[in-house]
Amino acid sequence: MGFRKFINSKKVLSLFAAFMLLGTNALMAQTGASGSTAGAPTESKSDMWMGVGYYVLLFLLACVVIAVIGKILKVYDLALKMQGKKGINWNNILGVFCLVFLVAGLYGTYWSFTVQGTQILPDAASKHGEKIDVMFWVTLVITTFVFVITQILLFGFLFKYRGSDKRKGYYYPHNNMIEKIWTIIPAIVLTILVVFGFFTWRDVMNTTNEKGDINIDITGHQFEWLLRYPGKDGKLGEVNYQLYYTANNNLGVNFQDKNSFDDLRADTLMLPVNRSIRLNIHAQDVIHSVYLPHFRVQMNAVPGLPTFFKFTPTVTTAEMRHRLDDPNFNYLLYCNKICGGGHYNMQKVVMVVTESEYQEWLSHQKPYLNDQIKQELHLAGASQQKGAAQNRIALNN
Amino acid sequence: MSSTLAVHGHGAEHHDHGHEHHHHDTFITKYVFSQDHKMIAKQFLITGITMAVIAMILSLLFRIQLAYPDKSFPLLETLLGRFAPGGRLDPEFYLSLVTIHGTIMVFFVLTAGLSGTFSNLLIPLQCGSRDMASPFVNMLSYWFFLTASVIMLASFFVQKGPAGAGWTIYPPLSALPKAMKGSDLGMTLWLISMVCFIGSSLMGGINYVSTVLNMRTKGMDLWKMPLTVWAFFLTAILGILSFPVLVAGVVLLIFDRSFGTSFYLSDIVLAGKVMPFSGGSPILFQHLFWFLGHPEVYIVIMPAMGIASEVIAVNSRKPIFGYHAMVYSLIGITTLSFIVWGHHMFVTGMNPFLGGVFMITTLIIAVPSAVKTFNWLATIWRGNIRFTPAMLFAIGMVSFFISGGVTGIWLGNSALDINLHDTYFVVAHFHLVMGSAAIFGMLAGVYHWYPKLFAGRLMDEKLGYLHFWITFICAYLVFFPMHFMGLDGVPRRYYEMTAFPSFNKWMSVNILITWSAITAGLAQVAFLYNFFSSIWFGKRATQNPWNANTLEWTAPIEHMHGNWPGEIPTVYRWPYDYSKPGHDADFIPQTVPLSETMSSNLPHDFEDNPAGLEQYNAWVKAHKANEAVK
Repeated sequence: MGFRKFINSKKVLSLFAAFMLLGTNALMAQTGASGSTAGAPTESKSDMWMGVGYYVLLFLLACVVIAVIGKILKVYDLALKMQGKKGINWNNILGVFCLVFLVAGLYGTYWSFTVQGTQILPDAASKHGEKIDVMFWVTLVITTFVFVITQILLFGFLFKYRGSDKRKGYYYPHNNMIEKIWTIIPAIVLTILVVFGFFTWRDVMNTTNEKGDINIDITGHQFEWLLRYPGKDGKLGEVNYQLYYTANNNLGVNFQDKNSFDDLRADTLMLPVNRSIRLNIHAQDVIHSVYLPHFRVQMNAVPGLPTFFKFTPTVTTAEMRHRLDDPNFNYLLYCNKICGGGHYNMQKVVMVVTESEYQEWLSHQKPYLNDQIKQELHLAGASQQKGAAQNRIALNN
Repeated sequence: MSSTLAVHGHGAEHHDHGHEHHHHDTFITKYVFSQDHKMIAKQFLITGITMAVIAMILSLLFRIQLAYPDKSFPLLETLLGRFAPGGRLDPEFYLSLVTIHGTIMVFFVLTAGLSGTFSNLLIPLQCGSRDMASPFVNMLSYWFFLTASVIMLASFFVQKGPAGAGWTIYPPLSALPKAMKGSDLGMTLWLISMVCFIGSSLMGGINYVSTVLNMRTKGMDLWKMPLTVWAFFLTAILGILSFPVLVAGVVLLIFDRSFGTSFYLSDIVLAGKVMPFSGGSPILFQHLFWFLGHPEVYIVIMPAMGIASEVIAVNSRKPIFGYHAMVYSLIGITTLSFIVWGHHMFVTGMNPFLGGVFMITTLIIAVPSAVKTFNWLATIWRGNIRFTPAMLFAIGMVSFFISGGVTGIWLGNSALDINLHDTYFVVAHFHLVMGSAAIFGMLAGVYHWYPKLFAGRLMDEKLGYLHFWITFICAYLVFFPMHFMGLDGVPRRYYEMTAFPSFNKWMSVNILITWSAITAGLAQVAFLYNFFSSIWFGKRATQNPWNANTLEWTAPIEHMHGNWPGEIPTVYRWPYDYSKPGHDADFIPQTVPLSETMSSNLPHDFEDNPAGLEQYNAWVKAHKANEAVK
């Protein structure tokens, strides 16, 4: 009887705590309402602590409830034992938990795949991306199969072989045949994936320069991307970071190189559909990463180590908007390597358009070598000559 | 015997349980500058738990930011001051949180907290030695670790905040103090802390290896060692061979930062200023970093594997399936882990040909990992499973290892990695396979060996069950949806997703993840309460509460210097004779000679022992003859 009284008293205690909490809750709501209208700093401070206190109390209440449940279980267990029965069989309970978890987990996985799985990137919008997507689906099927089977076995065994005093485990220390089988089968599956992956990777990465490629320079610095398109000659002028001496020539283009004269500045990464694009990737300060998820393109931008990525977009922005039924859709390029405080918003709009639209757009872009740079170059040239003259004077002395 | 004589023989002289009677134990030598491996294990564990709680709170802070990017929390400003102006995290402080969370969890919790605790506790106890090869170096190892922890945490109190370049601290971001706030003094402290940490790790590792190699008790040949010891041993080797490379990387970074060298820096224009660096390569740092960094993830997971193997075998009341295969797969993982580091660098500008090579080596390492998983499953099969909290956590470890492991096949494939690199898919992958799996291994170890840590006490089982189920379910709720975010190309380390309209659809998922993380965090209160209250009020355990075979359960309940009174027990058999047919009990401790268990011996038990086999055959013949007579 003593135990029962104890439970009762705990219950009373928890009811009391719940009552208190509800009271606090009501209070909270009131002060919250008044606080929002008044908005005085001291009041919001006390509001804050009130809120904290509320959550702390809520947590303490949860602890009390758990403690009460724990005590009830203990008492129940003891009562069973006092009556000469066996105590609570935790092996059975937890075995059932495992089974429930397995079923719930499998359903959850299914739910995730069907709901969240539909929110993933659309099919690749580039030529090489299609190969990667095939790879993706093959890997997805294989790994999901393995995942589901092994988890079913794991939790199924846990339920099926939950402990009992009547049984003994089955002494089965090894079986070389089985072990060979489950070494060789994964090895074969992985070999297939490796070979498949290796050739896909080689196709994507081992590219050569070809005539007709559109070379575009993309340069990352904290926290924006700069673009440079070649002019009519189709060639980009050299860059050298040491030539970065004004904000106008912020790419450090070398104007000794004739190819640079007709280079163009651009704000949007405009790409003609079905043309081979070669992004020449540079970074000025820290590592950035050019990430174009819709095209399955990613390559880091490394200071001092120019990189590139060649790809061919196959779906225009307009087409993709239609496909996704989203008139506001835009391809985006984002930075995908931690680069500082503004990392999370270092994006660039990417447009894939038809060839004619591209040419039209290109003809409206401003040359990189603008009047300001010309002026600066002129000045710089003059000062250099001056400097040289002074040197000569110095030498003569 | 030579192995047992190598240690100072305090314990051997004092046949009473000699702790409190011990002649020169003051508070300082017993609890602070202790050279006893069991005390050092406790020091590592409690420091590790403290660091884990801190790192967990950091993760909750940035999870709140991700779930409620537009809300302001005045409490944050009260707590964090200038790091959360107006109750919203500062974007650079967000990166610092991510960085320090990762650093603490990977190095301080899952390397030092896990290896430091259990290698220290179990290697001498399971190999049968009185203490570590060098107790003094062992003590130093802890104090270097504590120093490293203090320095790491101290970086929260410098003006510009802690390091913020990510736990991988890629230069130039980490090398240029002006590139971000966290790259100022905070990064210097990070680097100093790391050098101390590596010192600690090396001293620990050398000790573990020499103890395992030289100080095993009589009869304990390598093939009679429990898988835990195998795992700690190979982990220590990995650490010894790979951590120095990180020191090299870190020291060169210190040079670049403080002495104007250009090991990692070249062609840099920072905020409109041309910097004088030239000729260095940021990729070099990545090679050096990942040469440690990849073995590091195995340094984290292998002890957890060892612990899980032991706990699963004990609680399934079955021998571990394929003991040799388990050891060989550990050796395979150890070896291969040195040649896979490039899979972290597929798209960093490393030569694409190398990418192909690293993909091949990476996918090969999946084979031993798969073998281990199948062997665990086979161990559970037809077992007699006892659901202790330790068993549940070991199971959780296996489940996470599978879930996180299969996605490794995606990321190890360089072609797929192009689009998955640095997205939430990676976050999901490694948090499951090395984060959750390793921490579950560690928790399994804590629940299982608690009586060995805190003389003869047990942790409460029911609270353990509660702790397990909430943590397990919430960990899946946190990390499973992240896969899909990654497949949508959501990059990691983004302060907020609101800048991209296409990420709005993940808002509800982010809120779910955050609340699951908070719930999981609160569930740890159950563990902390259980852990600390059981030190004093835990149920008394018997000497061998789990009916296990390994040597540590033959040591007296009360701790003592030298572990065993009198002579160290001799080992006669492997540690996995559970439910052996022909024996009445369902376990036979390693110290029971084969001659006492004639009815349960198998020809297999005499593999390297022709004399024994002869005796066994004679016994079988005689036995058969007897039966025939009857």
